[in-house]
Amino acid sequence: MSDITTAETHLDPGLTEGKGRSLWADARRRFFRNKAAVASLAVLALVMLFAVFGQLLTPWSNEEIDWNLLGMIPQEGGPSLENRHFFGVDETGRDLYARVVQGTRISLAVGIVGALISVIVGTTYGAVAGYVGGKTDNAMMRFVDLMMSIPYMFVLILLLVIFSRSIVMLFVGIGMISWLDMARIARGQTLSIKNTEYVEAAQAIGVSTPTIIRRHIVPNLIGVVIVYATLLVPQMIIFESFISFLGLGVQEPSTSWGALINQGAANLRNGTPWMLGFPLAFFVVSLFALFFLGDGLRDALDPKDR
Amino acid sequence: MLRRTLLSMTSVAALGLGGPLLAADVPDDVTLADEQTFSYRMLDQFPTLDPQLNEETAGSHVIQQLFEGLMIQDDEGNLIPGVATGYEANEDNTEFTFTLREDARWSNGDSVTAQDFVYAWQRAATPATASPYAWYVELTGMENAAEIIAGNAEPDTLGVEAVDERTLRVTLTEPKPYFPAMTSYATLSPVHQATVEEFGDDWTDPENMVSNGAYVLEDVSLNEFWRASKNPEYWDAENVVIEEITGYIINDSSQALTRWEAGEFDLLEPIPAGSFPRLKEEYPDAAYSTPRLCSYYYQLNQRDDAPEALKDVKVRKALSYAVDREIITDRVLQGGQTPGYTFTHEATAGFEAPTIDYSGWTQAERDEAAQQLWEEAGSPELDLTLIYNTDESHRQIATIISQMWKQKLGVEVTLENMEWSTYLDVRKAGNFDVARSAWCGDYNEPSTFLNILKTDQEQNDGKWSNTEFDALMDQAATSDNPQAQYTEAEMILSNDMGIIPIYHYANVFMLDPTLQGFPMQNVENSWYVKDFYRVAEE
Amino acid sequence: MLTYIARRLLVAIPTLLALIVVSFLLMEFAPGSPFATERGVPAEVLANLEREYGLDRSLIERMGIYVWNVVTQFDFGPSFVFTDRSVNELIAQGFPVTLTYGVWSFIVAVLVGVTLGAFAAIKHNSALDYAAVGITVGAQVLPNFVMAPILVLIFTLWLGWLPGGGWQGGQIEYVILPVIALSTSYMASIARITRSSMLETLNAGYVRTARAKGLPMRRVIFRHALKPAMLPVVSYLGPAFVGMITGSVVIDVFFSTGGIGQFFVNSALARDYSVILGITILFGALTIFFNLLVDVAYAWIDPKIRY
Repeated sequence: MSDITTAETHLDPGLTEGKGRSLWADARRRFFRNKAAVASLAVLALVMLFAVFGQLLTPWSNEEIDWNLLGMIPQEGGPSLENRHFFGVDETGRDLYARVVQGTRISLAVGIVGALISVIVGTTYGAVAGYVGGKTDNAMMRFVDLMMSIPYMFVLILLLVIFSRSIVMLFVGIGMISWLDMARIARGQTLSIKNTEYVEAAQAIGVSTPTIIRRHIVPNLIGVVIVYATLLVPQMIIFESFISFLGLGVQEPSTSWGALINQGAANLRNGTPWMLGFPLAFFVVSLFALFFLGDGLRDALDPKDR
Repeated sequence: MLRRTLLSMTSVAALGLGGPLLAADVPDDVTLADEQTFSYRMLDQFPTLDPQLNEETAGSHVIQQLFEGLMIQDDEGNLIPGVATGYEANEDNTEFTFTLREDARWSNGDSVTAQDFVYAWQRAATPATASPYAWYVELTGMENAAEIIAGNAEPDTLGVEAVDERTLRVTLTEPKPYFPAMTSYATLSPVHQATVEEFGDDWTDPENMVSNGAYVLEDVSLNEFWRASKNPEYWDAENVVIEEITGYIINDSSQALTRWEAGEFDLLEPIPAGSFPRLKEEYPDAAYSTPRLCSYYYQLNQRDDAPEALKDVKVRKALSYAVDREIITDRVLQGGQTPGYTFTHEATAGFEAPTIDYSGWTQAERDEAAQQLWEEAGSPELDLTLIYNTDESHRQIATIISQMWKQKLGVEVTLENMEWSTYLDVRKAGNFDVARSAWCGDYNEPSTFLNILKTDQEQNDGKWSNTEFDALMDQAATSDNPQAQYTEAEMILSNDMGIIPIYHYANVFMLDPTLQGFPMQNVENSWYVKDFYRVAEE
Repeated sequence: MLTYIARRLLVAIPTLLALIVVSFLLMEFAPGSPFATERGVPAEVLANLEREYGLDRSLIERMGIYVWNVVTQFDFGPSFVFTDRSVNELIAQGFPVTLTYGVWSFIVAVLVGVTLGAFAAIKHNSALDYAAVGITVGAQVLPNFVMAPILVLIFTLWLGWLPGGGWQGGQIEYVILPVIALSTSYMASIARITRSSMLETLNAGYVRTARAKGLPMRRVIFRHALKPAMLPVVSYLGPAFVGMITGSVVIDVFFSTGGIGQFFVNSALARDYSVILGITILFGALTIFFNLLVDVAYAWIDPKIRY
């Protein structure tokens, strides 16, 4: 990598280290001017803290059953400080607060890991395919087509079934399909960047392909990538909830936002609004924050929007 | 019950009672509604309406409306004449001669003849049909059934013959006093040979189907609905009141409940777990809970590679005692289910439950006994894998029982839920320590439950084996009065704790109050829409 | 251009073949069998069934026969579970349903999404912008398995305006709720992508130039800003459309529409091999087709892209 950098500084003296840093400093300044984005960041930090330390605040674990409440949950199982069920209990008398803490951990992990895989693999793949073009592009995108036309549902069922259901399998399954869209979008964007003057100029003076992709294509993809990635984290979380809906999510007593919401929705008519309310609130607020954070990042990182 | 039915039936046959029994028994003082329709919710799409190919309940419910077998059931589950007016059995119950009614007709006007039954039954057995329910024909014990299914005999060697147009003679290889009851099941319904041969696989399409029941198929929209209308050719059509049946396929049970509440259909069965108390309060005249012949139980793996501790009867007993069944029935399911201490459902006809010691104890006593047994067994360190198929109430019960075991005995339980196909695979392969299971009676008699726990049975996936138990069940099969054997078998099962019985089912459902004639007393949840009628709203 | 399309269509053939092979392999390794029941099927009956459905042949033979029947007769075989129906019949029943509400959802999502996104971008940082962003985010985060029961609760039980499910040949009152439930999150995605992309083009040099030249705003937006801004939207639409059709399981489950999504999930759960394969190939072909469509649209929007 280092020799490429040298070669490139040689050829492209316009982009010095100092200029780069100030670009990021600019971005940071712009980001912190965006109140919604900063507030979102704070909300997400709180949610993270909740996931990490929330368990310390309650005497209940996520699997203990409060036998006293079982059988009269609609009447007695609501949120209460007295019996320390801050969010009430679920339909089997387990503390909902502890379960939301635990569900938050899983859902955030799924969202972040899924999006990371998608961004890293997808962007690289798409940029390479789009830039190199020709037969390589064709082969690479046909592979994506092939992967995309395999019904993910079945692949997931299979993965979760053959290798027994585990959180790792969930990551692998989600990771496997999540980068595909990203690759297509990155490629599409690359196709138009490829024909811009500066890339043509770089080509003309003989900059190597990996360098062009790294220095010119990928940075110009960042705007779209970030917008899409912030769409992706919630999408991954929503996707996990869909898997939970199909009954293929994490195993009991573990849970996730999706599983909690799904069970809450099933109890919609049973007079236990807290079962849907609390998990849904966490879900919605966190996803809202993720979206606004993404917007803030986009505005900050987009050098054209000055 | 089968035996009792048999007795009453033979007397019916002997008396030669062939007169029509009323389909819908409408009392004189009710005002019928103008629009006589019946609609209900189905959980899943039936895969086929071909009587010989069908293998599950959703389809057999529909087939029961469209086709009529030799014998059918009344609203209490008793056997009554269908296409047959009666039958005669020989001395040792190996030969049955059915007499068909004169006026039985197909929906195209053709007569229903003995040959139609012969054709249908041969069709069910022959390998060319590849029916997944071919084994049912074998179960009836008709001559050569097994050989035909295995491909070692021609279909026309099956032990059934049309003596003449109205007489059907069945020959069995072994005594089966309850054979007539088996003819009420969908697999042994007649089919119209000319139609089947003309249209092939498409004969069950609404525009092609010819049937002999009280209704004819109008429309099937897969995963959406099916509809049937009254069959004017049906022999008892003048007493059929409901003009149209619609079944709506609604997968999601909460969604189904909302739509029932919105008045979109009459019958919702079952209702979502835990919602019965609210519904009973809101709709006191529409919410029902009746016994249903199914038992919910946990199998314990007794195979060679299973944890050693599970082979210790003390451990098995401790696990069973530690399950607080009242919590499950009264505080979780809340739909009129009853705690299970025997495997056989308590409402099973002719079942005299033995006195199971721990059923009379308080839960505190049970817990104490459990802990004592556990210590005697050396307080084994156990991490059990409990498998169950994906379902809301299975999940809740597994969660609760695992916590009971954990808190009372210190047993770690890993819950593994899987979708149905995988679950069956895993269960059959024995890759579990504890497996959630349930069994619904095929007929109303204790042997339908107890037989499946015999050593060599397919359904006995825990492979619990007890020679005394097996011997008793073999005796019961040929006994004239097997009640004593059943009671003793239950006793052995309980003393050895071969399985952990958990609860006995109830059929929990919502039914529009204007709909009358629903068989509340039929524990097999088998109904004929021809018996229903709708009264005018007041 | 035409040769390009022809070439792409030609490439579709090996892609579909590869898909068939992969699907066969996946199913080979999947546990469970289409004929398994709790009761257990006697060996002779199972043998009859396996012979009937050709499962007694080797994997290679099965694949060969399958491909041959598909290519020569367009015959996707009989269903293992719907014993008296063929895969062709099942798809013929389920696909039109899905296609109907899929197309409606697509139209609604694109029209509402692009309009909302474009307005939000034009009125950047105004109250309208914030409202649009709030609505789209809200619409996107509400899972449709929560939205569907709530819609039915409101429109069926409380208001009594619309039926809570069913299809009835696609009568309008049966289509509305599925379309709302399906299109909302796609609409939100489209609006967000449009907005972010529009903001970029509105600030691009040529749009500024056009504005500086005093061209009317309307013309600038339609001629110069909207069209290039559609590029990322278009690349989203292909997968989105296929997604609407294939990912409609929730809709089918909640609204009993009888669409293909339900068939697919049921067949995967029941191991109905031929139906899984048939729908997989259908999905595969659709994906390939719409991806091609996206690429063609790309070339139309951005003439600089050459193939």
